[in-house]
Amino acid sequence: MEFLLQPLTLLTFFPLVGALAILFLKSEWKNAIRWVALVTTLLTFGLSLWALTMFDSTNPNLQLGKPYSWIQVAGWDIQYYLAVDGLSILLVLLTGLLTPISILSTWTAVEDRVKDFMVFFLLLEVGMMGVFLAQDLFLFYIFWEFTLVPMYFLIGLWGGPRRIYAAVKFFLYTMAGSILMLLAILWLGIEGKTFSVPQLIAQGGIPANIQMWLFIAFAAAFAIKVPMFPLHSWLPDAHVEAPTAGSVILAGVLLKMGTYGFLRFNLPLFPEATVQAAPWIALLATIGIIYGAAVSYAQADVKKLVAYSSVSHLGFVMLGLFALNAQGVTGAILQMVNHGVSTGALFLLVGMVYEQTHTREIKVYGGLWKLMPVFGSIMLISALSSMGLPGLNGFVGEFTILLGAFGSKAIGSPWYAGVSAVGVILAAVYILYMFQKMFLGPAGEVAKEHELKDLNWREILTVAPLLVLMFWIGLYPAPFINLIAPAVEKLVIGY
Amino acid sequence: MHLEPIYSLAPLLVFAPLTGLLLNLLFGRRWSETVVGAVASLASGVTFVVSVLLTYALAAGGGETVRAPLAQWIHVGSLQLDWTFRVDSLSTTMMLVVSGVGTLIHIYAIGYMREDVRFKHQEGRFARFFIFLNLFIAAMMILVSGDSYLTLFVGWEGVGLCSFLLIGFWFEMDTLGRPSWANSDAAKKAFVANRIGDFGFLIAAFLMFWNFGSLQFDDVFLGASSLSAINSPLTVAITLFLLLGVAGKSAQIPLYVWLPDAMAGPTPVSALIHAATMVTAGVYLVARSAPMYAAAPAAQYLVAMTGAVTALFAATIAVGQYDIKKVLAYSTVSQLGFMVAAVGMGAYVAGMFHLVTHAFFKALLFLSAGSVILGLERGHHHLAHAHHEVKKSKKKEVKSHEEHEETFDPGDMRNMGGLRSSMPVTFWLYIVGALALAGIFPFAGFWSKDEILLDARLHFPAVYWLLTIAAFFTAFYMGRQIWMVFFGKSRTEAAARAEESPKVMTVPLMVLAALSVLGGGLNLPFKGFHQLGHWLEYTLGKIEFPPFDLTVAGVSTLLALTAIFISWLLYGRTPLEAGQPDPLKKPLGFLFTGMENKWFVDEGYFAVIINPFKKLSQFLADIIDWRFWHDFVHDTVILGTYNWLSAIALDRYADQKGIDAFANWLGAATRWISQTIRKAQNGFVRSYALAVTLGVVVILGYLILK
Repeated sequence: MEFLLQPLTLLTFFPLVGALAILFLKSEWKNAIRWVALVTTLLTFGLSLWALTMFDSTNPNLQLGKPYSWIQVAGWDIQYYLAVDGLSILLVLLTGLLTPISILSTWTAVEDRVKDFMVFFLLLEVGMMGVFLAQDLFLFYIFWEFTLVPMYFLIGLWGGPRRIYAAVKFFLYTMAGSILMLLAILWLGIEGKTFSVPQLIAQGGIPANIQMWLFIAFAAAFAIKVPMFPLHSWLPDAHVEAPTAGSVILAGVLLKMGTYGFLRFNLPLFPEATVQAAPWIALLATIGIIYGAAVSYAQADVKKLVAYSSVSHLGFVMLGLFALNAQGVTGAILQMVNHGVSTGALFLLVGMVYEQTHTREIKVYGGLWKLMPVFGSIMLISALSSMGLPGLNGFVGEFTILLGAFGSKAIGSPWYAGVSAVGVILAAVYILYMFQKMFLGPAGEVAKEHELKDLNWREILTVAPLLVLMFWIGLYPAPFINLIAPAVEKLVIGY
Repeated sequence: MHLEPIYSLAPLLVFAPLTGLLLNLLFGRRWSETVVGAVASLASGVTFVVSVLLTYALAAGGGETVRAPLAQWIHVGSLQLDWTFRVDSLSTTMMLVVSGVGTLIHIYAIGYMREDVRFKHQEGRFARFFIFLNLFIAAMMILVSGDSYLTLFVGWEGVGLCSFLLIGFWFEMDTLGRPSWANSDAAKKAFVANRIGDFGFLIAAFLMFWNFGSLQFDDVFLGASSLSAINSPLTVAITLFLLLGVAGKSAQIPLYVWLPDAMAGPTPVSALIHAATMVTAGVYLVARSAPMYAAAPAAQYLVAMTGAVTALFAATIAVGQYDIKKVLAYSTVSQLGFMVAAVGMGAYVAGMFHLVTHAFFKALLFLSAGSVILGLERGHHHLAHAHHEVKKSKKKEVKSHEEHEETFDPGDMRNMGGLRSSMPVTFWLYIVGALALAGIFPFAGFWSKDEILLDARLHFPAVYWLLTIAAFFTAFYMGRQIWMVFFGKSRTEAAARAEESPKVMTVPLMVLAALSVLGGGLNLPFKGFHQLGHWLEYTLGKIEFPPFDLTVAGVSTLLALTAIFISWLLYGRTPLEAGQPDPLKKPLGFLFTGMENKWFVDEGYFAVIINPFKKLSQFLADIIDWRFWHDFVHDTVILGTYNWLSAIALDRYADQKGIDAFANWLGAATRWISQTIRKAQNGFVRSYALAVTLGVVVILGYLILK
């Protein structure tokens, strides 16, 4: 039972303690339930910081955990193996941070079945942590699929009018991709006699033609999750219907599971296929960047606008990953965090005004900056972070990605990065459009119908950590980059 | 003498205005307007003092470039970017101009904004203005003191942001204070146009990094100079992509269109950001990149021509404008064209010289224009109140004075006239600025413009002729403005009642006026008087100073005087009456219509770029992404087919007892789940999940048993 005391095991399963505690509370004790959930997730965040203190950033390898034999039947060797390295540490921290933030955002927004909501949310955190920490393919798959269930219910029970449709679509779309990945995992596990990722990477030697099939099978699952153009059709539905906290986690963490999957599995396991696929992925990423931005601009619903902007932003991440050089991959990992921070903030803020007005239609707003000055200023900073203004976090990621992709040998042409850089212009176009129509100009209809209140202290506190990160990563990203760099160096050295 | 302590002050360039900003952010609502303004001005003043000290230290140290590192920024692989301050003669020149003119404008703004927020009934927004103004100084300092292209870029986009914030300062109205989207449209337009330029900047940066291995100035220049070929495709590409950035920031063709609209911002903003400092950043960028442009004469020629054509083109538009600030705005575009042409020709000293003098006299002109506008607004305000009183006493229906403000435009020169007597101080200040801009001896503008023309005359005849004609137009539109604004009779009651501005506004103007008169002394075209030139030599290397040419100076002076005389014939001899059309309208016909309507460039951009993009994005979003991809392909084709297939499958096999109970149990379980979600109207979940699970079971079974 020694494995139970592993720091990463504690980190992953700690939210279960809170979920269990909540089960013993009466459904009517809403505030008690909220506090338990908040404290649990804060402690989980604390545990992730504790893991960070033990993390050796100079070590490019997996740390803080070792494999335990778990299931051995019919010649299979499945391990219980949780560990972290530079590729995942930031995503673990991001998950740890965004979960309490999301819970704080539901304080007054979720009044219905608070108990169930919090239990699902805590279960979701277990799944997400597991995804980023599991180093055994089988274990990873379990966590991967497990995240679907609570998210399905979060959208399906607490979502908007078309929540059932959105939840089912989200579930099935992801499932469809995962099936192919499962096949590939089984093939790898049976052929390689192990499901352990580091062992499989060390063994190598998968024939090139098979690599491509396996690559595609994994990519199917991940590309849907990212989502890469043209597999993004589930995203606007899920985002629009999901409750605010669901959108924050969906955009902030769940989408990163896709890009992280490419990074953790496709790149090191199938190096030859990766090189072959790089220009094609870069092409899809570039199309996604431009397409997502253009479609975003035409949206009348602010949540949909932000949802499509994710297609564009994650296109940048994919472009960086498949640049397969230090700048591209580092930028991509940083951009995963950045997107979680800025898009998370945008969804939070949209949710805060939605709570007062119950509409997401851009054109009924207007002049909000005058009516809600604090809200307007925070929104402005988040919007600028999202459009990659230098000095804020988004720029550091986008710039390193584009720089990396521009000179990438694997992608093979500067055109992809050159065209993608047009996305920087388009980002200004749709973000400023949103900001202008909602926050500038004369007061809109909404202001006449509602007595709009500026943010309260709880709401400010909810977004404050994200604002700090926007400036921190933008001005002094060194501590973050130092965590990533050695692992990335190790990863790209083979390319 | 130890100079290190002075250099260690360099970070204050940025941190002083940031401190001012933070103080006003935290306490601005509690402090009085005077304190808010004083704190902000002091913060900017500290920047000026530090700039002076750095300049002094640099001169004392023999002009050797000093790099003061502050912190690490982005280190990834071979990409090494740091926050480092670069102190050399070029950067200190910019620092002095920005912080010097900036501080004067901060002080002026205390008086200006005090009245502006009251006319707009928004007293609470006073502090916000100074917060943005301090942020601008900080960003501008990052721009001019950055040691690499990317730190420069941080300031570059930072000032763009400040420009956006300040153009849209009155974001809920138009320039006349009516509820409108106009000001925020102008702000957005500026940001987007700048971003187009920034795209060019980014591509240039990528090319530099992958070819020279660095973005730090010295490394890049070393790399560029090691390329043996002149006009190598690489340097031409880099310099032309940079030119796109220059066109965006310094308002050159084809991206200049945002600058005239930027006049929506309060006048101190127009003076500081959209005339004296920010818009000259492009000129600075070319001067900074001199070693690279030197390796690409083809690009230099294009830069010079862009500047020259812009100079003439914008000057013609200025002739047809009625708004006092719009005239100055197009004049700024035109003058920036002069500077860009100069640095494009490689005449960096002339370009920088004109940048400095232009900062003096154009800031002076804008601020004086602001004084005129406020003067009219004061007159109008009294008028409104007088009416108010009269009507009250007559006990008639009282009109609110908002209604008056709706129709009166205090910036329209057709509403002015005769201000010479009611605003004498402003009048004389304006005259000084106008003469300097028109290039009349011995004002500052005469010397700097002459130097540009001289260089053009020697090396680029086409540029020379374009600029000379532009200079003629410059003198003409300034003459037209002076006659229309200050001479003749008042064309409105408001103009008749206009009042002079307070000292807090006029004293900074007097300083600028003195500089506009004496600024030429910085770099007189006589042996031994090229102070600015020699100063810049520390950074730019050996510079040739062509001797003073009486023909060039004579021709341009003669043209300027002729232009002023013609403007007197048209607008001075018989002053404009209220409601009378512009006397140029009839003789010039459609040409004047073109000038009046800015040659319809905005309309062209809307027709060719903006509307098509809007349509395209609508089409992609509604038709392609939603109706085709989301609704048709997903919901109709994929879901439909699946439902159809699963219906067949379930009919044929699922009800037969041959299928094992496990599947039935799963079916029941999924049915239970879907019932939990009360409003589940269809069986999608069940059928899908069943099929998926069956598939997994079969595959797993096969793999285990094989």
